[in-house]
Amino acid sequence: MSSPSTTAASPAPAIRLERVRFRWRADSPLTLAIDDFRLDAGERVFLHGPSGSGKSTLLSLVGGVLVPEAGDVHVLGTALTPLSAAARDRFRADHVGFVFQMFNLVPYLSLVDNVTLPCLFSRARRDRATSAGGSVADEAARLLDRLGLGLADIHTRRVADLSVGQQQRVAAARALIGAPEIVVADEPTSALDTDHREAFVRLLFEECARHGTTLLFVSHDAALASGFDRTIRLDEVNRP
Amino acid sequence: MMLRLAAKSLWHRRLTASLVVLSIALAVTLLMGVERIRGATRTSFAAAVSGTDLIVAARASPVHLLLFSVFGIGNPTNNLAAATHRDIAARPEVAWTIPIALGDSHKGYRVVGTSAAFFQHFRYGEARALAFQVGGAFAGDDPVILGAAAARALGYRVGDAVVLAHGAGDVSFALHDAHPFRVAGILQATGTPVDRALYVPLQGLAELHRPANDDEADPLAAAMHGHDAAAPEATLTAVFVGLRARNQALGVQRALNEWKGEALTAILPAVTLQELWEIIGVAENALLAVSALAVAVGLGSMLVALLTGANERRREMAILRSAGATPRDVFTLMMGEAGLLALVGVLLGATIVQATFIAGESWLASRYGLTTGGLVPSGRELVSLGLIVIAGILIGAVPAYRAYRQSLADGMTIRL
Repeated sequence: MSSPSTTAASPAPAIRLERVRFRWRADSPLTLAIDDFRLDAGERVFLHGPSGSGKSTLLSLVGGVLVPEAGDVHVLGTALTPLSAAARDRFRADHVGFVFQMFNLVPYLSLVDNVTLPCLFSRARRDRATSAGGSVADEAARLLDRLGLGLADIHTRRVADLSVGQQQRVAAARALIGAPEIVVADEPTSALDTDHREAFVRLLFEECARHGTTLLFVSHDAALASGFDRTIRLDEVNRP
Repeated sequence: MMLRLAAKSLWHRRLTASLVVLSIALAVTLLMGVERIRGATRTSFAAAVSGTDLIVAARASPVHLLLFSVFGIGNPTNNLAAATHRDIAARPEVAWTIPIALGDSHKGYRVVGTSAAFFQHFRYGEARALAFQVGGAFAGDDPVILGAAAARALGYRVGDAVVLAHGAGDVSFALHDAHPFRVAGILQATGTPVDRALYVPLQGLAELHRPANDDEADPLAAAMHGHDAAAPEATLTAVFVGLRARNQALGVQRALNEWKGEALTAILPAVTLQELWEIIGVAENALLAVSALAVAVGLGSMLVALLTGANERRREMAILRSAGATPRDVFTLMMGEAGLLALVGVLLGATIVQATFIAGESWLASRYGLTTGGLVPSGRELVSLGLIVIAGILIGAVPAYRAYRQSLADGMTIRL
């Protein structure tokens, strides 16, 4: 999606924050003060920061759930701040897939329904998933299979019966379905043991490489940083 | 889209959801049941007498008079002299009269002394005349005609001998063994109190009460019978009057109420029925209020269930947001759940009522003479059912708005 707010001839960065200021309440201190933060399209970036350093807030700004009090947030060349809340929600649905720490799944939906959830809210991702897999459900099954969850009972199995590692792979499949341009992973491996962590990151790399997806991977565990194109320390860019 | 999610979410919590649905359904059953019984009662009460312009009896309250003369509820306090009946029948405005003598019973069914005019002039429902299944009007010595329900319950056939008792109780101590009656005919079912009575000629009833043995020597026993043992002709309880012109009813009523011979009360059945509704209406409204309260409690239980769930579901809402849902989608999801619960509850309740009335229709008709008056839900019922669903959806707005606010604040992550 091109945007009138981009004037540069080079392809727009996937994510760009400029002179962003954010605080939760008018009388509280700044949570975020980021002058320059950018991810190029197709980049795999490891964002490292201790808890409480404003990681979740930064991701909410990228997702368009929050807006800064000052500065610009551009995602795929689109300035999010001027958009309405509903338009930001739609933009997120179309372009960004999320994986969180744990309990990523809706308990009353089947594995497949959990994976296809973004296709309920985004027509673009529904269309892409359909053209990739024949149908949204088939594409979900294909993704689950590639992530090592080729279970026979994915349509009926309760998500609560899955192991944490399996749950995280279902969450990854949901972030990837319909090939969004950006995948944001917020501590997705912190509930996994070391072996599963590395396997999970490898899977995520493979899938992102397939569509040239930009990956923003957030973790406090610096051991995972190898293999990423770049590591950003949040406390170096965020100086409130 | 959100509605499909709502249905899946409810199915996931089907135990809680089904309890909520059940409480709404039972409340709806109660409300609709009360409404239906009320409607059926009114219809069948109104159908019990038709075409009779006036009912005359010894001085009594109009409602009391109507109840004992038409419905066989309660006992008459005083009798009417046969001469008074003759005077009334002789008035120029009067087209016909049906004399009625009450006070006897047979195995719990009322025995009504009357004349052949009863079978000729009595009308019920929409001006329908009485008809016989078998036999015919009074014929032979000491005939008795049976109402349809009484005949079915007692199992009598034409020609059977019937021994009648004095007093309207189920068990009577004064058995008139000396006077067996013969079944001369059985009426067709009317769905009115006519079905649950036995009819004998006035003369036969008078014979019945004439002392056959030592009653004559014992004035106390004769007094206990409540009838003047020495009377040569039957005393009456009430007279049904048909006029030549309906617009004379008020004038004749006034004349009879000011009768110089004895203290009389004349009522216009339709007017007194209206008075009866006003009395019953208080109880009906109380029942309706209780039912409405039950509906409120049912919807309240839904509110409790949804609000209790709301806090546990903050993470679910955050997941939905991260997948692209707007806070409005979250609101719609919660409203959808409330709407589905209310809708399913109302449909279940309506089905229970419908099934019960279809199954119990014949029993109601034979036991209480209630005709349920069409099993298709009335427009009024549909409106009130629709209002309950709408109320349910509106109540759903409370947890939905809370979830909306939470979802706005939480975004994709849950702080705290």
